Amino acid sequence: MSVDLDGVYRAEYGRCVATLTRLLGDIGLAEEAVQDAFAVAVQKWEEALPANPGAWIVTTARNRAIDRLRRESTREARHAQALLLHQSDEPEEVGPVRDDQLRLIFTCCHPALSPLAQTALTLRLLGGLEVPEIARAYLVPEATISQRIVRAKKKIRDAGIPYRVPEAAELPDRLAPVLTVLYLVFNEGYTSTSGELVRTDLCAEAVRLARALAELMPDEPEVLGLLALLLLTEARRPARVGPSGELVVLAEQDRSLWNRALIAEGHELVRRCLRRNQPGPYQLQAAINAVHTDGEATDWAQVLALYDQLLQHAPTPIVALNRAVAVAEVHGPAMALATIEDLDLPGYHLLPATRADLLARLGRTADAAAAYDEAIELAKNPTERAFLKGRRATLA
Amino acid sequence: MKHYLLAVQIDETVPEPEDELREQLARTAKVSDEIKAAGAWVFAGGLLPSHASTVVRPGNGTTTMTDGPFAETKEQLGGFWVIQCEDLDEALAWADRCALACARPIEVRPFDDVV
Repeated sequence: MSVDLDGVYRAEYGRCVATLTRLLGDIGLAEEAVQDAFAVAVQKWEEALPANPGAWIVTTARNRAIDRLRRESTREARHAQALLLHQSDEPEEVGPVRDDQLRLIFTCCHPALSPLAQTALTLRLLGGLEVPEIARAYLVPEATISQRIVRAKKKIRDAGIPYRVPEAAELPDRLAPVLTVLYLVFNEGYTSTSGELVRTDLCAEAVRLARALAELMPDEPEVLGLLALLLLTEARRPARVGPSGELVVLAEQDRSLWNRALIAEGHELVRRCLRRNQPGPYQLQAAINAVHTDGEATDWAQVLALYDQLLQHAPTPIVALNRAVAVAEVHGPAMALATIEDLDLPGYHLLPATRADLLARLGRTADAAAAYDEAIELAKNPTERAFLKGRRATLA
Repeated sequence: MKHYLLAVQIDETVPEPEDELREQLARTAKVSDEIKAAGAWVFAGGLLPSHASTVVRPGNGTTTMTDGPFAETKEQLGGFWVIQCEDLDEALAWADRCALACARPIEVRPFDDVV
């Protein structure tokens, strides 16, 4: 049989690095040990996968780390080795633990690190993404990403950023960057900056981590809100791309392709949030998506009311732009156009794309064509560009 | 235990009214007492402005002396705490209180050595 080593790597890398970081107390060492273990696995797994590949990798990585530390003679290395040897007396079951990953997320998203370093490090350590993939996602040179990652790992070690989930009192502050990073990881997967439209592995990773977070913090409504938002968005993914790989907008999607189980789970989470009555941006976005996935057609008046609330919580131009779509449905394209006239979102293709759609609906064909041209120029994903070109071609 | 420098950054071009300064001093003294009580205290000091500063530079086996601070910028080191903590989060928690007490930005920087 052929062994899907890439699949195992994607699924297990982050969990293994998280566990090894706990055992070794050093992210860099943990990564090296896990990579060593995968190198061994390439040879050992030619025939068949072990029963529990993750546990196999963790055990092998730990042994490789002990070997590595034995070869080094510093006091620190001897100390770390002693710790590891002591741990080997414990029961053999060293399967990856969910809490280790949460510790690693909070470490990667520590506010003492820059936002780009936070996301790059999370994608690398927890998502197992390679530097070129992260660089493509953020449209920055590979050298920049690898420098940021190296510097962030050094800072974690040298500045003494702890490997732990913050205490309840610190959580509200510390949670915000974690939620942002998971949201960004999911978004990058949902509309990939380059290549195919959707990167399912990234979406799955973000959902998995959001689930872990929600299990750890069932009382944080914004955590539940983010999870619900991701689930309800993920549920529509199968209908988002047509038979020939083309983009299908929400209104034209085949609703029978939506994932009913994820929608049910998302709706239940939104109801749980509503009962708490502490609305935040993620909960409101989840509620909007719950309306989209409720029944046979979207109740736009309700969506608009939720966007009005969201705009109060998060008065950003992106929210205003998304709100315009609901305004158009409720009050018509002219009023929607007026709400986005003064928006400033340099380089963001969805602003001219939305303007183009509204202008086309108002019969202002020439203006619509110009706006589509602007959007096509700015869009990076080939599938989105093809969609916009198709729309432009239908203008009378 | 790790050692951290909490360095207070001051803008020397902005004069501070006397009574505000007195209040800052009272507040920082209080935070210092709390650091001592928590067992995190190592050393602290306030510095005179950079007009009192002199730099001794090495070169060709000899030295030259120049008037003024190391870097000619308006932001200068105004004072500092040296504290010992378990990790950065503890140090940041103290820096938080110190920053509020002295109403100025604080750079938190780990020491290279100490065990």
